[in-house]
Amino acid sequence: MPLRDWPIKRKLTAMLLLISGLVLLVTSAAFVTYQVVTFRQTTLKNLSTLGRVIAANSTASLAFADEADATEILSALRAEPHVVAAGLYDRDGRLFARYPLDLPGDALPAAPERDGYRFELGHVIGLEPVAEMGNPRLGTLYLKSDTKAVSRALWLSAAIGAVVTAVALLAAYVLAGLLQGWISQPILALAETARAVSTQQDYSARAPKLGEDELGALTDAFNQMLGRIEAQQYELQRYATELEQRVGERTHELEERNEELRRNAAKLLAANAELDAFAYSVSHDLRAPLRSIDGFSQVLLEDYRAQLDEAGQDSLRRVRAASQRMGTLIDDLLKLARVTRAEMRAERVDLSGMAQDIVAELQRTTPERPVECAIAPGLEARGDSRLLRVALENLLRNSWKYTGKQSHPQVEFTTVEANGDRVFVVRDNGAGFDMQYADKLFGVFQRLHSAAEFEGTGVGLATVRRIISRHGGRIWAEGAVDRGATFSFTL
Amino acid sequence: MNPGKIMLVEDNPDDVALTMRALQSHNITNDVIVAQDGVQALECLFGTKDRPALEELPAVVLLDLKLPKVNGMEVLQRIRADERTRLLPVVILTSSDEERDVIDGYSLGANSYVRKPVDFVEFTKAAQQLGLYWLLMNRVPPTPRSP
Repeated sequence: MPLRDWPIKRKLTAMLLLISGLVLLVTSAAFVTYQVVTFRQTTLKNLSTLGRVIAANSTASLAFADEADATEILSALRAEPHVVAAGLYDRDGRLFARYPLDLPGDALPAAPERDGYRFELGHVIGLEPVAEMGNPRLGTLYLKSDTKAVSRALWLSAAIGAVVTAVALLAAYVLAGLLQGWISQPILALAETARAVSTQQDYSARAPKLGEDELGALTDAFNQMLGRIEAQQYELQRYATELEQRVGERTHELEERNEELRRNAAKLLAANAELDAFAYSVSHDLRAPLRSIDGFSQVLLEDYRAQLDEAGQDSLRRVRAASQRMGTLIDDLLKLARVTRAEMRAERVDLSGMAQDIVAELQRTTPERPVECAIAPGLEARGDSRLLRVALENLLRNSWKYTGKQSHPQVEFTTVEANGDRVFVVRDNGAGFDMQYADKLFGVFQRLHSAAEFEGTGVGLATVRRIISRHGGRIWAEGAVDRGATFSFTL
Repeated sequence: MNPGKIMLVEDNPDDVALTMRALQSHNITNDVIVAQDGVQALECLFGTKDRPALEELPAVVLLDLKLPKVNGMEVLQRIRADERTRLLPVVILTSSDEERDVIDGYSLGANSYVRKPVDFVEFTKAAQQLGLYWLLMNRVPPTPRSP
C-alpha cells in the first residue's frame, strides 16, 4: 500500500516512531562514541603507568646486565592478562629480556622504535625509555596489550544503547497508539458519519464532537450542514408526497371522466345506430302500406266510378290525400333524422351565393309570385355546406310561403352585430306569428297556421334549429301577427 | 321481333298488383315475370336442378331492395358477378331514397335508381316511363349463348 493511502492512525504512529527513533539513534550514537573515546584514553593511560613502573624497576637489571633479574621483573606482568607481550632492549637496541618466556622471536620488533603509547593493528603498543632519574638512557621497554577490554566496553555500551533504544521505542509506540487517538478519533468519527450518510441516505445521523479544537469546529460545521440537508430533504419529501397524491387524485378523476365519456360515447353510438336502423326501416316499410292505400283508392276511383256516388268518391279522394300527406310527413321526418345523423364537414360557405341560388329556384318554380328579395352580398360562414343549404332553404321557403297573402311581399337576408356576435337574419313582411307561441315554432309537428291557410308539416323549423345547434349556433324568432317574422341565427 | 320481357322482383303483392296495373294501363303488353323474393329471382335467372335457367334474359329487371331471404343488393351482386348476366339492365325500384342505398346500388352496378312515389298517379307515370324507356327505347345488350 502506498504511503499516502495508509490509514491516518498508522500514519500518526509511524510519524511519532520515526521522530523518536531518530532522536534515540542520535543519542545512542553520541553515548557509544563518548564511551569508546573515554575507554581508549583510560587504556593508554593505564598501560603507560604500568610501563613507567616496570621501566623504573628494570633500571638496575639493565645497568648491571642482569638478565635473570630482568626476566623476573617482566614476569610480574602476569598479573595483567591484557599484556600479551613485553621486551626489554639495552642501550644498543638489542633484546635483553622477554615476556612471556616462550614468546617466539619474531613476535617482538627487532629494535625499538620511537617512544610513546599508541593503538596499532588491534593492539596497544607502548615504548617506555628506561633510565635513572637525571642519568643517560639505559634501554627501552616494549609493551604490547590487546584491546579486548576496549572492545568489550564498546559492545557493552552498544548493547546498552540498543536496549535503551528498543525500550524507548516500545514505550513511544505504546504512547503513540494511545495519543494518536486525540487527533484521529474525531476525524475517524467524521469519516464514519459521512460514510453512513452517503450509503444509507440517512441525513439524521450526526458526528460525535470530542473537543473544542479545530476538529471540533469542523465537526460542528459538518453537523450543521447535515441539519440543513435533512431539513431540505424533509421539505422535498413533503413536496414529492403532496405532488404524488395530487397526481394520483387527478389521474383517478381523469380515469373516471374517461370512463364516463366512454360510456356516453358507447350510448351515443348505440342510440345513433338504433336511430339509423329505425330511419332505414321507416324509409322502406312505412311508405309501402301508404302506397297500397293510395293506389287501391285510385283503382276504385278509376274502375268503379259508376258504382260510387259523389260522397263515396269524395271519401276516396280524402283517403288518397291523407295517405299522400302522411307520405310527406314521413319524408320530412326522415330529412330531420338525416340532418341529425349526417357527418359534418367544416368549410367556407358563401351564404349570399347560396341564398341567391335558392331564391332563383323559388322564382323559377313560382314565377307568378312578385317577391322583392334583398340579399346582402359577401355573407360567409364556416360550416357544412349541405346542411347550411337545407337550413337556409327552409327559412327562405318559409318566408316565400308566408308572404303569399301579402300584396307587396318582401324577403331579406342580411347580417347584424349583436353583443360582438355576427347574427344572420332572414326577415319577411308576411303573416308573422303571435310572440306568445314563439317557443313552439321550433318543435316538431308544431304549426301556428292551419294547413288550409298555409300548407306544411311542421318539421322545417325543427330541422333548421337542429342544423344550427349542430354548428354550435343559436336561433330565435321575433314577429307579430300580419307584420312579418324575423329569424335570427348565429353560427 | 320479341320486344323483351320485364322481370319484377317484388315481395309485396299489393305493389306487384299496382305495378302490373300501371304497366298494362299504358299498353305495355310484354310478359312480366314476377319473383317474390331474391331466391326466386336468382333461380329464374340461373336455373336450379329441376328447372333450367331462362332461355332468353329479360330486357330489364325491376328490383326491390327489401326482400325476404336474399335482399336486392345481394341479387344485384350475383347478377353482376355472373358472366351471362353481367350486362343485364337492372333498375332498382324501391320505397326508400336513403342515400346509402342509392350509393350502394350504383356502386354494385345498377343502371338506374327509382323511388316508388306514394301517389299512385305519380307511381303509374313512373312505371309507364320505365316500361317505355327500358323496353322500347333502350337497346339491350345481346344475350350470351348458354354454355
